Amino acid sequence: MKILVLGVNHKTASVDIRERLAFSGTKLDEGILGLHALHSVKEVSVLSTCNRVELYAYVDNVPGAAGEIKDFLSGLHGIARTEFENSLFVLDGPEAVRHVFRVASSLDSMVLGEPQILGQIKDAFDLSLSKKTTGVLLNKLMKKAISTAKRVRTETRIAENAVSISFAAVELAKKIFTNLAGKSVMLMGAGEMAELAARHLLNNGVTGVMVVNRTYDRGCELASEFNGRPVRFENFLQELVHADIIICSTGAPTYVLQREQMQKVMKERKQRPVFIIDISVPRNIDPEINKIDNVYLYDVDNLQDVVDTNLQGRRAEAEKAEGIIGEEVEKFGRWMSTLDSVPTIVALRQKADEVRREELEKFQNKFPDLDEAQMKAVDYLASAIVNKLIHPPTVALKDDSEDRDELIALITRLYGINGGDDE
Amino acid sequence: MELILFEIALTFYFAAALAGILELFKGTKTTSRIMLGLTVLGFAVHTANIITRYAIAGHIPISNLHEASSFFSWCIILLFFFIESRYKIGLLGSFIMPVVFILMLSSSVLPRAIKPLSPVLQSYWFGIHTVLAFTGDAAFAIAFGIGIMYLIQEHQVKSKHLGGLFQRLPSLQILDEINYRLITIGWMLLTLAIITGVIWAESAWGRYWRWDPKEVWSLITWFIYAAVLHVRLIAGWRGRRAALLSIIGFFVVLFTFFGVNLILKGLHAFV
Repeated sequence: MKILVLGVNHKTASVDIRERLAFSGTKLDEGILGLHALHSVKEVSVLSTCNRVELYAYVDNVPGAAGEIKDFLSGLHGIARTEFENSLFVLDGPEAVRHVFRVASSLDSMVLGEPQILGQIKDAFDLSLSKKTTGVLLNKLMKKAISTAKRVRTETRIAENAVSISFAAVELAKKIFTNLAGKSVMLMGAGEMAELAARHLLNNGVTGVMVVNRTYDRGCELASEFNGRPVRFENFLQELVHADIIICSTGAPTYVLQREQMQKVMKERKQRPVFIIDISVPRNIDPEINKIDNVYLYDVDNLQDVVDTNLQGRRAEAEKAEGIIGEEVEKFGRWMSTLDSVPTIVALRQKADEVRREELEKFQNKFPDLDEAQMKAVDYLASAIVNKLIHPPTVALKDDSEDRDELIALITRLYGINGGDDE
Repeated sequence: MELILFEIALTFYFAAALAGILELFKGTKTTSRIMLGLTVLGFAVHTANIITRYAIAGHIPISNLHEASSFFSWCIILLFFFIESRYKIGLLGSFIMPVVFILMLSSSVLPRAIKPLSPVLQSYWFGIHTVLAFTGDAAFAIAFGIGIMYLIQEHQVKSKHLGGLFQRLPSLQILDEINYRLITIGWMLLTLAIITGVIWAESAWGRYWRWDPKEVWSLITWFIYAAVLHVRLIAGWRGRRAALLSIIGFFVVLFTFFGVNLILKGLHAFV
């Protein structure tokens, strides 16, 4: 019996393959039940996200189960085995456990340390629980994966510091304003990155949004999307005084805001600080503006530098995280191996009880005159002897020692018990 | 006895200042806790020292420069605890404890003899006037530390140098706000200290104002901080300029405190 991990992810397969193998919608329920029904699969859980489709299973023998699963996937998704087999990775034993822990801890993620994956793992776990496709082993594996991920999160700084430009902007804004509640933002121009940054700021408490656009209609449209107020491009300088944060992403070929203009605005604002994010290329805000007191100007390269530094920091933290995962994998392995001896211990116990019962019966037949109290005393004596005798081998089996497999074989032979079958 | 207590407090403050500086360069939760712990220990011993001296002398122990400097440090730490519990700026101690240590070190090299209070100082005004002045100055001292923190953080944000120190220092706005509050409080206390001093001078010497160097320099300090508040309200001098002014202001405070006594002798120069 082994843990098997099989699947495709952003490191092994193209989007095309990942899409075709994805367990989307109803396929998920159908797929997980189908997998559980496979002969060689005892327990199974499915993680299907946009970056990975991975199956976690507890199986009889690895090659057999892998083959069966591949055939099943081919049938379920209507895709020939040869088409996806090369993109597939298969892990078993401790390496499989390590993989699950690394995925949960976001060490295997495209963006190192991103937090969503843990939620996705939890969802996958919940689904398999509700479909009853997991048992003792995978339940423990999933719980350990989640607790390991939490340990990594608290003991390293892997999830600290923004690693996307829009989040970096929010992080900076918080170091300038403390609290973004009640602050207002002016969004100049449009564009995915600018809108995303504006949205993040709104989620962090920014209340007023002014949208400036050369095409007034487009500005109105965007403004209603953000629950904001459109401002005509000709009027933006007058309105600038009300903006604490400016996100600029117009397609203008030159600077739309000059140092002298900003100086005037600052005077009107009584020097209250302003954070300007210039995402446009070529830049739309005169870089000299950064020299004005209480004005903090970041262009897209500055923000990218912030992101790069943070990513580097995360990579350094990832090494610490690998250490934690190593520890947890080892602990899990130890737990699994104690499981190996459980059937033998149970069988030994049963064997001993059986002998005790048989001998008591014989004894009672031989001495039918004994009264109940005397019989009870004899029973007590027999139990005590049996327990004393099977105690040392039980302890030896439970003990986490190197020669446990030999011990299991030896005890099975010595006592003439059959400990190979579980349950 | 009280001398030993003083030395122990000084040692604790030295260790706290060291931990604080270490914290700046390689901050972890433990270094910041160690710093705070050492400060608390030092403060407890220091308090015992001041109480002992009070018991021996029979008046608030601020009648010579050694005592004054020690009491000044004590007030700064008290205020620091207050600010720390309210705003939880982990790094503040790194900027305050070195200042406290230097003040205590200066105190330790000054003559420590306990002398009876000269008759002219024996008045209830003595306690009121001095405590107002000292707590006001303590507020300026913390504003000085906050001002330095602001300048460092501002420089980091402007120059896009966003390392670990950037992460651990609080936001610019909160630093500016605390700075402003401290200066407002300090200035009000200084105003009250000057007013009580004037009333006391009248009852002690029969004249409200004698242009004694301490009086002159206190007035200069008062004008500087009044100007800091004024330009902030009128011209919006906040942020970097306010931080710079609070740093300059504290040097004037220090001169009023030590310089006047050591260089320009006057009525306040305790003999």
